Amino acid sequence: MKKSMKTSNFLTKFLFYAGNIIIGIIFVSPLIWMISASLKPEAQIFANMNSISTFIPVQASLDNFKEVFSRLDMLQVFKNTFVYIALILVLDLLLNSICGYALAKFDFKGKGLMLNFVVALMVMPMEAIMLPLYIEMSQLGWVNKLPALVIPFVAKCFSIYMFRQFFCDIPDELIEAASIDGASPVRTFFTVVMPISKTVYATVFILDFVAHWNDFMWPFLVMTGESKRTIQLAIQVFFGTQPIHYSAIMAALVVSAVPMLIMFIFMQKYYIEGIASSGIKG
Amino acid sequence: MSNPSKLSGRKRNERVAAYIFTIPAMFLLFAFLVVPILYTVRYSLFQYQIVRPDNILFVGLQNYQKLLSDENFWLALKNTVYFTVLVVPFQCVLALALAMLVSSKFRGVAIFRTMYFSPQLTSMVVISILWTVLYNSNPNTGLINSFLTSLGLEPINFLSNAKTAMNSIIFMSGWQGAGYQMMIFLAGLQGIPRDQYEAASVDGANKVQQFLYITLPGLKGTIKYVVMITMIQAMKLFTQPYVMTQGGPKNSTKTLVYYIYTQGFQQGNFGYACAVAAVFFVIVVVMSLSMKKLIAETN
Repeated sequence: MKKSMKTSNFLTKFLFYAGNIIIGIIFVSPLIWMISASLKPEAQIFANMNSISTFIPVQASLDNFKEVFSRLDMLQVFKNTFVYIALILVLDLLLNSICGYALAKFDFKGKGLMLNFVVALMVMPMEAIMLPLYIEMSQLGWVNKLPALVIPFVAKCFSIYMFRQFFCDIPDELIEAASIDGASPVRTFFTVVMPISKTVYATVFILDFVAHWNDFMWPFLVMTGESKRTIQLAIQVFFGTQPIHYSAIMAALVVSAVPMLIMFIFMQKYYIEGIASSGIKG
Repeated sequence: MSNPSKLSGRKRNERVAAYIFTIPAMFLLFAFLVVPILYTVRYSLFQYQIVRPDNILFVGLQNYQKLLSDENFWLALKNTVYFTVLVVPFQCVLALALAMLVSSKFRGVAIFRTMYFSPQLTSMVVISILWTVLYNSNPNTGLINSFLTSLGLEPINFLSNAKTAMNSIIFMSGWQGAGYQMMIFLAGLQGIPRDQYEAASVDGANKVQQFLYITLPGLKGTIKYVVMITMIQAMKLFTQPYVMTQGGPKNSTKTLVYYIYTQGFQQGNFGYACAVAAVFFVIVVVMSLSMKKLIAETN
């Protein structure tokens, strides 16, 4: 009895590993092919497609990456992307967190209305308003300029909501203790509340970083100038630019994924928690 | 202890602080979210050609009337619904299956979780470009067709055939997105108490029964939430067809958002495009409100 249990346990475990390994490899094979192709000379990418060697860069070289950097002003593209995302994030974390805090802890007229407003607008698809928003940008003279990428996306209902949920859980005693010490509500927020809320800031930061890093549609509509392109735009244009070298295209795709990969390595915990908690609170 | 005058002073301070804290975000939301919503509705009642901004004509509901008999609009709506109806179950079932594979703690589980999540670490543009190459109909340059022909199968014109183009986008999108929903399912699975499984296995329930009678009911709320966000995401389909097929072949991958883009930005029919956008907006809002109601009922 005991022995058979042990074997069946071993068998389940073995099946589990085997299943995960097979499915896992199939799952990531497109990405492995992308990385492998980015390291191969053009002529080799489509040779031996039927063998496993299509996934392995035998004579690996960085020539494709050199081609990408010589044909595409990658530094400018990265700069464009990082500057706009950094500006959004700084303002996003500041303005949405103070708003979420007021909605969590302060008593004032209009609070319920504001909260309903934020929750109702959360489902608003950006795609439905892109036409008038574009007109607004052109009336403000912002088309092809940095503010068009930044200002409309600073306030986010979802971020406000996340911050509010987090601040609601902070005990009132802690805030009252600070105010008895004579600190004003504004000061209390910055000196007492903010320092103990690093997790929610990290979570909102990584979720919004990913969303903007991946954003294609809005930059595509408002940033038409070649020198203004963000990363997603740049690689999309590169994909259709002659001469079409698939090896260089794959290298460009890999380069564009590196910053996300680095972010993921450092912020993994907050990113996963952010995704997961949205489901629990949803 | 605290005397009333001090308290009211604090209350006043708090009220002032509340407005300082909320007004910046509220102003931005109003200016760049509410105003555009109102203007979508407003422009949809006008004939507004982008090349003739001085010649804006109030036409009432004519744009909506035109929409009813616009074949391309109905096709775009049909394509969007087709995509949503197929990608949602595919992606959610795949996500749940992956979550089940990596839900228990075993050595190396983190590696497998990261593997299933990894398509999420690249953008939709990257994935679309990569799969355009993988889907190439020539078996000498398309990895998938090269694999199919090595199995003795006929190569498939994945993206250049109107019958298969949308299905190919569905398959790719499900693969790319499943890792995200898997993470939500994993969190949901943690909320199911361990002892329920132990009690069931003492009673002789096998793994399949445990899944059907404990796991699925325990995940009811999570499943509804995941279905909702996947549905809303699916309705917004644009990047994949834009990069991979430009809406073709034969408009088989033109979606609602794509149609808003072509009408508004390429052809300059701003008023008409706003009418399409308003319809799109109503569909998404009705969908999310009814899903939210469903979720509230389970909780």
